[in-house]
Amino acid sequence: MSTHTEHQAPQGQEPLDVNDPKLTRFDIVREGARRDDIEIVHYEPQVLPGTKAERRLARVVAGFFLITGLAATAFLAIYIWWPWKYEPGRGGDKFYTPLLGLTLGVALLGIGFGILTWGKKLLPKEVSIQDRHEGAVDEEGRTITGQTMLYMADELGVKRRPLLGISLLAGLAPVAAVAAAPLVGGLISHPHKNNQMFTTGFHAAEGGERIRLVREDGRPVRPADISSGGQLTVFPGIEHGVSNRHADSPTLLIHLRDSDAQASRRANERIGHGDYMWGNYAAFSKVCTHAGCPASLFEQQTNRLLCPCHQSQFLITDNARPVFGPASRRLPQLPIEVDSEGFFVAKSDYTETVGPDFWERP
Amino acid sequence: MKRRKFDLAATPGKAAVGVDDRFAVATPLRKLLNKVFPDHWSFLLGEIALFSFVVLLLTGVFLTFFFEPAMTEVVYDGSYAPLQGTPMSAAYASSLDISFDVRGGLVMRQMHHWAALLFMAAIVVHMLRVFFTGAFRKPRETNWIIGSLLFWVGFLAGFTGYSLPDDGLSGTGLRIASAIMLSIPVIGSWVTSSIFGGEFPGTIIISRFFIAHVLLIPGLLVALISVHLGLVFKQKHTQWPGPGRTNNNVVGERMFPRYALKQGGFFMVVFGVIALMGGLFQINPIWLFGPYEAWVVSAASQPDWYVMFLDGSTRLMPAWEINIPIGDGYVIPPLFWPTVVLPGILVGLSTMYPFLEARHLKDRKSHNLLQRPRDVPARTAVGAMAVAFYVVLTLSGGNDVIADKFQISLNAMTWAGRIGLLVAPPLAYYITYRLCLGLQQHDREVLAHGVETGIIRRLPDGRFVEVHQPLSASNGHADGHGELGYVGWVVPKKMNRLGALGPAIRGFFYPIEKPVEAPVSPGHPPVEARPEREAIGSGESRR
Repeated sequence: MSTHTEHQAPQGQEPLDVNDPKLTRFDIVREGARRDDIEIVHYEPQVLPGTKAERRLARVVAGFFLITGLAATAFLAIYIWWPWKYEPGRGGDKFYTPLLGLTLGVALLGIGFGILTWGKKLLPKEVSIQDRHEGAVDEEGRTITGQTMLYMADELGVKRRPLLGISLLAGLAPVAAVAAAPLVGGLISHPHKNNQMFTTGFHAAEGGERIRLVREDGRPVRPADISSGGQLTVFPGIEHGVSNRHADSPTLLIHLRDSDAQASRRANERIGHGDYMWGNYAAFSKVCTHAGCPASLFEQQTNRLLCPCHQSQFLITDNARPVFGPASRRLPQLPIEVDSEGFFVAKSDYTETVGPDFWERP
Repeated sequence: MKRRKFDLAATPGKAAVGVDDRFAVATPLRKLLNKVFPDHWSFLLGEIALFSFVVLLLTGVFLTFFFEPAMTEVVYDGSYAPLQGTPMSAAYASSLDISFDVRGGLVMRQMHHWAALLFMAAIVVHMLRVFFTGAFRKPRETNWIIGSLLFWVGFLAGFTGYSLPDDGLSGTGLRIASAIMLSIPVIGSWVTSSIFGGEFPGTIIISRFFIAHVLLIPGLLVALISVHLGLVFKQKHTQWPGPGRTNNNVVGERMFPRYALKQGGFFMVVFGVIALMGGLFQINPIWLFGPYEAWVVSAASQPDWYVMFLDGSTRLMPAWEINIPIGDGYVIPPLFWPTVVLPGILVGLSTMYPFLEARHLKDRKSHNLLQRPRDVPARTAVGAMAVAFYVVLTLSGGNDVIADKFQISLNAMTWAGRIGLLVAPPLAYYITYRLCLGLQQHDREVLAHGVETGIIRRLPDGRFVEVHQPLSASNGHADGHGELGYVGWVVPKKMNRLGALGPAIRGFFYPIEKPVEAPVSPGHPPVEARPEREAIGSGESRR
């Protein structure tokens, strides 16, 4: 089971004289291991030198390395000469990335399998046992270190001179705060600057004109632009209204069918929003009150609006009340009307907070 | 004066002496070369995470040369025709440039993404290995805690990196992240507006995520990984029980040369697989998603897989809003529980587990031998419970896709997830517990009665019985039963595990020669006729 040679020193014997010319190199290796509390108990070649098996394995390893060379060369050739610029349609560039990955992958796998075969098949198998020195707690060492540390504390004399300790603490505490201050102070930003969490792009300036509802390309919207049962995403008709600077302003303008519009108006009246709709048109915030995704999938038949992120569903004809999923608050409704030129305008900003919920939302 | 002849062969030796004169490294180096590592395939799972991390660093440095972490609005004029003339952030435009206008940029980007997914997957699987085999027990609790921290820091690294391209999909993810921060009671709006520099999305978040992703988080990861590996090295690896293996030794291979070669080869294999994936499998085709626009989203928008369990928990959460009627009124939104509280609980439970288990079992001993999962049914069942919980959440993270592909109602999927989250874990506990007991019993049965041979014998009275091959010499018992104790390791259950089959014929097309039966180098024993005999194994399975 284990390799016992006549040179082996029994356990507990004096260390070998490593300069003894009679020793083989393996004896010295084993002696070195033994000095590290490692016993090489089993050491057995997997293939014997000069055999067919060894030559075969050497060929396999060499084959892997040659594959690496070929694949790496192919990688370079493709990298340099393959047409790589994007062309619409079916250009050769479609194969550029796959070919690079393929050649690079094969090259790396070639090295990997070559080394693995070398290590696993050609090198001798061995079993060594190393002592963990577990449980042999060095009690004396612990005592000495402990006493050394306590002695250090004694020398500092904080116990005898408490003023030192107190003043050090009193002095250092503000220094820690000084380190944190620029970071906190620099980063901190008041969340209610300009009342930003409670207003959107539809917030008209004092005495200013009412803000139009515009399409993504900036054109204002007429009632005739949306067919019955249809919907359109609209934005505040202000500078940068159609951009992420007003991420809380995208609004869904829905043209309800007659019966649905009646139901919707009745629901509006119940909560005192009687004049929020214009005709059969209603406008709701597109920003989900749950996590802020655009609630954009409108199901005409059931008048439900679905948010694709977490599947909250809002019933448009009941003030966009959440009827399923994790959202707990209805989508705010934008009061709308049509101005003298026949375009939709917002009567005022949203009267409820738009977007995901937060602690101080009234 | 005669010039001394330059002796080439003696140079390395002389140089080595010179180095040792100055640094005195010979003995410590020998200790390092000689360090013994136990070997088992399951010990390599953590290595995959380590190697993926190296690939992440390599490809990530490449990407930073071309990525522009700015939200300045630019009009795209790169080679990808469908988006030409579209206004977008500089971050998204430069990500498109990496994909289309930097030679080999796309393969690097995809390798980086795949390596990140593999990194997280390897961490999870490695963690399961450590958990189910009890490798986290004293003295290795610290490393278990560092390991669970590595998962969460890796999670952050993944999320910040995923957000950097500022495409339609990642922007939606960022929107949700801002809503999650916003949902924290009392300080939510302050935290969000401080991190985003104002209202979402602001103009600074990409640059802040960039420095977090390329400096702060990788720095933290490198530090944690170094301590993790340092502790493995200092405390020595755990090993499976087996002949000659005790709590007090390590049975395996010395680090050099064989173990190190295998590690090096394995690294190249992991690297190669990532390269293949990066080239052949498309990941995160940001050009199809378009730039982030707050009003655009599509169905089936899923995050990377390791975020899906939180997406799932968010989807399953009922709309329970807590209103506090003081003053103007305050709100704790339902989003707070599945995305802030749940991860908090998970971090707490997972880091505390080693201490909870030790306290429950009143176990203060150090353990260096691993346990087979079947031998610790309660722990294995608890682990199965956690896995069931995680799987239900992850599946629910894609419940809209499942509903769509299998024509199931979306609401039914949500309800199935809610019920499944409560029912599946206890069920998993019960089933796993019973399975463990069954496997234990079968081990004992084989030890007592031997291995089934498949040979049926007819007794004189006409009964048929199967002949069993006892595992030990019969011990005075007439029926050949021996007394074999269970040692916590695999019990052979098939005749060919006992050497009943002849040795496999080696060679692909034709058999190659049998090894010569003679010792070749000093210190080697004569090669014995049966290489399959039971010796102290290295832990490799002999299948």
